Amino acid sequence: MEQRGTRIALAAWSTLVVLFLWFPLALIMLYAFNKSNVQSWPIPAFTTHWFHAAWTSEVQTSLWLSVRVGLIATGIALVLGSSAAFGVARFRFFGRDAVSFLLVLPIALPGIVTGIALNSAFVAGNFNLSQWTIVVGHATFCVVIVYNNVLARLRRASPSLIEASQDLGADGWQTFRFVVWPVLSTALIAGGLLAFALSFDEVIVTTFTAGSQNTIPLLILGYIRLGQQLPVVNVIAFAMIVLTSIPVLLAQRLMRDTGVLRRTAGNVTEAVESAQITAV
Amino acid sequence: MAASLDTAQGLSSRPPGRSPRAARLRLSGLFWRHPWAKALLLLAPPLLAFVLVYVASLVALFVSSFWTIDPFTSEIRHIWNVDNYRTLWNASTYHAVALRTIGIAAAVTLADAVLAFPLGYFMARIASGRSRAFIFVAVLLPLWSSYLIRVYIWRLILDHNGVLNWTLHKVGLPAANIGYSNWAVWLIFTYVWLPFMVLPVYGALERIPESYIEASRDLGAGGVTTFRRVILPLALPGVIAGSIFTFSLTLGDYVTPLLAGGASSQFIGNVVYDSIGSQQTPFAAAFAAVPLAVMGVYLLIARKLGAFEAL
Repeated sequence: MEQRGTRIALAAWSTLVVLFLWFPLALIMLYAFNKSNVQSWPIPAFTTHWFHAAWTSEVQTSLWLSVRVGLIATGIALVLGSSAAFGVARFRFFGRDAVSFLLVLPIALPGIVTGIALNSAFVAGNFNLSQWTIVVGHATFCVVIVYNNVLARLRRASPSLIEASQDLGADGWQTFRFVVWPVLSTALIAGGLLAFALSFDEVIVTTFTAGSQNTIPLLILGYIRLGQQLPVVNVIAFAMIVLTSIPVLLAQRLMRDTGVLRRTAGNVTEAVESAQITAV
Repeated sequence: MAASLDTAQGLSSRPPGRSPRAARLRLSGLFWRHPWAKALLLLAPPLLAFVLVYVASLVALFVSSFWTIDPFTSEIRHIWNVDNYRTLWNASTYHAVALRTIGIAAAVTLADAVLAFPLGYFMARIASGRSRAFIFVAVLLPLWSSYLIRVYIWRLILDHNGVLNWTLHKVGLPAANIGYSNWAVWLIFTYVWLPFMVLPVYGALERIPESYIEASRDLGAGGVTTFRRVILPLALPGVIAGSIFTFSLTLGDYVTPLLAGGASSQFIGNVVYDSIGSQQTPFAAAFAAVPLAVMGVYLLIARKLGAFEAL
């Protein structure tokens, strides 16, 4: 065990680092109540006025675009990402490592490379930049998030569970419904939430795939660059910090090992029973 | 158990039925007999989508870096040449931009490692279960709150009339005008990517078995020697894993220099961004290849040092 002095020093350092992480976030939440248009310190007077004033049509349009793009990209990611994870986890084949490498490329490469590559491809292919080009851009990195989450979960779950279910007479759908799904559902939800959060916050790829439409981050970026509408930016910041906390905390709870194996064992029995019932 | 086996056998000896369940069973059987069919069905859609959209774009971009723009029509001319790379090689402004980008990325990585290591150590080896869980969430949450917002708030803090100068004034120090400078860019990157360093460092430190440290102590090593000869080498892959994130994310960014940098804070990303804006795609592609090459070398070294197991 470390000496007392070392322990106290480490505790103090850790406290400082956590404060360093949180002090700016606390500060921006204060600025949301700043009455003045000028964002200086100390804040001269407080108001809740901007919380109504920030709900402009521009903000609403951007918000719905962000939500739509996030949902569609997450949906695509859930289908493609989990299907790829199944393929990689369950089968040994030539080039398996290459597939793994390929799929994590969008988060390994700098965002700007993904952005300009897609941008020049869209321009060369005469695709008008729209909601759908943003979706394509976001889906590339959302797939990775789901893929990683599902793959990690599949590696921990024993493949013999599936064989047991098949031996006991369950068909593919029943095996999926009663054996695979209970093991996987939390990983899918967590991966989906994180993918959505990432899509909702993305700036760089979006800049190059968005055309004239603004997602929420692009809208904020524009406001900050021009120094306009800063009270609105403050309120959006406040809302985003609060709102992103919810899915992260949820995902965190779901990712914790919730006795997956014990629950699965229960479901195997259930699958077998239902297989008997349908067979009879 | 026996009953279910019987029903399964009974089912297979029956003539194939037309019920949906029989159809499903036939399908399951088909996939069981031909596992490659299932593998193909699972892997083909994501891989095809990926290769057609993403990989094709990347390859096209790389190829286009060997083309030029016609100065009169601003159309891309498909003539193979290395002019874009030659421009990069010869112009000292681009050297300065590349060196600044790589230098600040290295400085950010170093600062994050210094900030994160004691924190990771505290989480892994000293903190109680409750405070460890608390710190874990406290580190994770800022990672997921908006990147832009976190850059923006630092702009307010470092501003001439911001919190920093107000505090310095209160304690009787001269104002620090580091807003809109390379210092601001370094500080903000350090702040924004810090969680990416903390998590792998903590992971690596947590995996060191207590018995190793006891063994080192039993063999007569003091605290400093144990740290230097046992803990540090075992934690190093975690630091390298974290540095892959901090280094690569800084290398590819252009938003922080754009929002918080000064006149001479241009990053490679900013030049690339401006070149795309002025329709100079081939040159943008050539310059974007620089961070890719740097990251490629970095990843090779990282793999040698065993960082991939610590990710």
